[in-house]
Amino acid sequence: MTAPLLAIEDVAVELPTPRGNLRAVDHVDLSLQAGRTLGIVGESGCGKTMLSRAVLQLLPKKAKLTGRVMFDGEDLVRLEPESLRRLRGRDLAVVFQDPMTSLNPVLTIGTQLMETIQEHLELDAPAAKARSIELLAAVGIPAPEQRLAQYPHQCSGGMRQRIAIAIALSCEPKLLIADEPTTALDVTIQAQILDLLAREQRRRHMAMIIITHDLGVVAGRADEVAVMYAGRVVERAPTQALFKRMHMPYTEALLAAIPKLDTAPHTPLPAISGRPPDPTRPLKGCSFAPRCSYAGGRCQEAKPVLTSAEVSGHLYACFHPIRMTEGIEA
Amino acid sequence: MLNFVARRLLAMLPVLLAVSLLTFLIASLLPGDLALVILGDQATPENVAALRRDMGLDQPLWWRYLSWLGHVVQGDLGRSFRTGQTVLQAVAERIPVSLQLMLMAEFIGLLIGVPVAIACAARAGGAFDRFMTGSAFAMLSMPSFLTAILLIYLFAVELRWLPATGYVPFTEAPLANLRFFVLPALTLALAEWPGIMRVLRSDMIATLQEDYIALAKAKGLKPSRILLVHALKPSSLTLVTVTGINIGRLLGGTLIVETIFALPGIGRLLVGAIYTRDLVILQGVVLLVACGFVIVNFIVDMLYAVLDPRIRHGHA
Repeated sequence: MTAPLLAIEDVAVELPTPRGNLRAVDHVDLSLQAGRTLGIVGESGCGKTMLSRAVLQLLPKKAKLTGRVMFDGEDLVRLEPESLRRLRGRDLAVVFQDPMTSLNPVLTIGTQLMETIQEHLELDAPAAKARSIELLAAVGIPAPEQRLAQYPHQCSGGMRQRIAIAIALSCEPKLLIADEPTTALDVTIQAQILDLLAREQRRRHMAMIIITHDLGVVAGRADEVAVMYAGRVVERAPTQALFKRMHMPYTEALLAAIPKLDTAPHTPLPAISGRPPDPTRPLKGCSFAPRCSYAGGRCQEAKPVLTSAEVSGHLYACFHPIRMTEGIEA
Repeated sequence: MLNFVARRLLAMLPVLLAVSLLTFLIASLLPGDLALVILGDQATPENVAALRRDMGLDQPLWWRYLSWLGHVVQGDLGRSFRTGQTVLQAVAERIPVSLQLMLMAEFIGLLIGVPVAIACAARAGGAFDRFMTGSAFAMLSMPSFLTAILLIYLFAVELRWLPATGYVPFTEAPLANLRFFVLPALTLALAEWPGIMRVLRSDMIATLQEDYIALAKAKGLKPSRILLVHALKPSSLTLVTVTGINIGRLLGGTLIVETIFALPGIGRLLVGAIYTRDLVILQGVVLLVACGFVIVNFIVDMLYAVLDPRIRHGHA
């Protein structure tokens, strides 16, 4: 096996708050091969966005980061700001959650596309413009040449996210991090944007991390899924294996919380009761234990570590893994 | 865009009308009979009554306002009964001085305020930021007459680099003219930059938290480009407002600074008119200055549209 493109090694992020230190990411290990897709799934506040910001080195100034983020042979945590700058946007790109706020309202779409291209590629203005038009066409923007002179507010939300994707793709990155790329969009647009990302990924042979709260988004799109809870990875498996057999009760609860079309009207969704633990007051035992119907005495006393399941590459952190008889098709 | 300009221009009309009414009322409601002022203490009641009739002072207030307004829109703001100069002549003579002072003061103020604000916002909470925020606060609480005296002492008395008072027109001796303006402009600028710096700094700090700045960093742009292109423009709306207000205020002349540095500007004209109860000049100058203010604010509105395309397209 070749060295992974991205290796997150023992990464922890702490944020100082008035109520004490908040551990947003709690010693996470993940890796990703070139050209593959990793889905990171979890509910709000589980640390998935902080983890992506740690990879991008875009954490808030006061955040404390420990561990290593190896990308293409270099540790991003210890990289010089100037080398990091040259890497970002060229090899490492990102699409943020909300296209309404991630594009600069006072700069034209052309400026925002071309500045990235001209920063990293040796192209003059006409060549950069031609490339921008190509990119906009590739992400499905009609009349791309006219769009260059327009401002973000003149485009719809879905259109803006396509533009954000065009910006991310502009220098052929090796890794694209999509942080909830469809959460802020209309349902009808969501699938289009996800398909666009998948298509461009295959075409450009880039690796991708999709961050989402929706297991449905990663099903069939990610090669591997990592489920995060309270800053930790609690289950990690090849997507097929995960959907065939979930070990961690939290993963099962996440899947059950997705509305299904075939349920009768007025059926209450099986929401996960309770709330995630206070991240400034870490629990001694398993973080999910207070909300878990399977939890026993041991769960309160000690933190389960990631353990290998029978299927190779499937890891879970649970003392009472679910014994599932029937699998769910991915 | 043309539609936008037309709408703003139209919106100026009622403002200008209100301004003219207020200026007229201020001058008319001042205690003291204008006819009596002109004729002096020795005047007989018959003479006063005759002059009042001549000047239309015996007419009702609304009639006097309308006839004054009628003259004003034809460009006739009246004539000083002391010097015989028309208001327009008196203002035209002095406006270049106040205008030059205002331009130089705003220029120096922005020259200090903007770079300091950007540097402070880039490292908010750092040593430079704390030092400059403190200095700005100290400067803000310093009255301009004190700044003026300190500057005169340092640059005119001790170092002897610049003249303390005086004026020559730019057209006669450009270099000497500029030398006369440095200290008064600096005095005003030292009072201007803290305000400029504080609004721009806080707007920049807010802008730097935006998602699009995070994305600009993630795009690998140079820090200077992020600050000057991505953050400065969306942060400068309040700055433009503050600068507009400053310009409007300085346009009306600066009583204290013009007096200390003996500059024959609008401020000195106003002070003179007040002392000599020259109500025609007072009323005319206040009206012109107020109009200037309204026009500057119109320009500020136009600048908003230049800075923020959402305003230009009627989205915000």
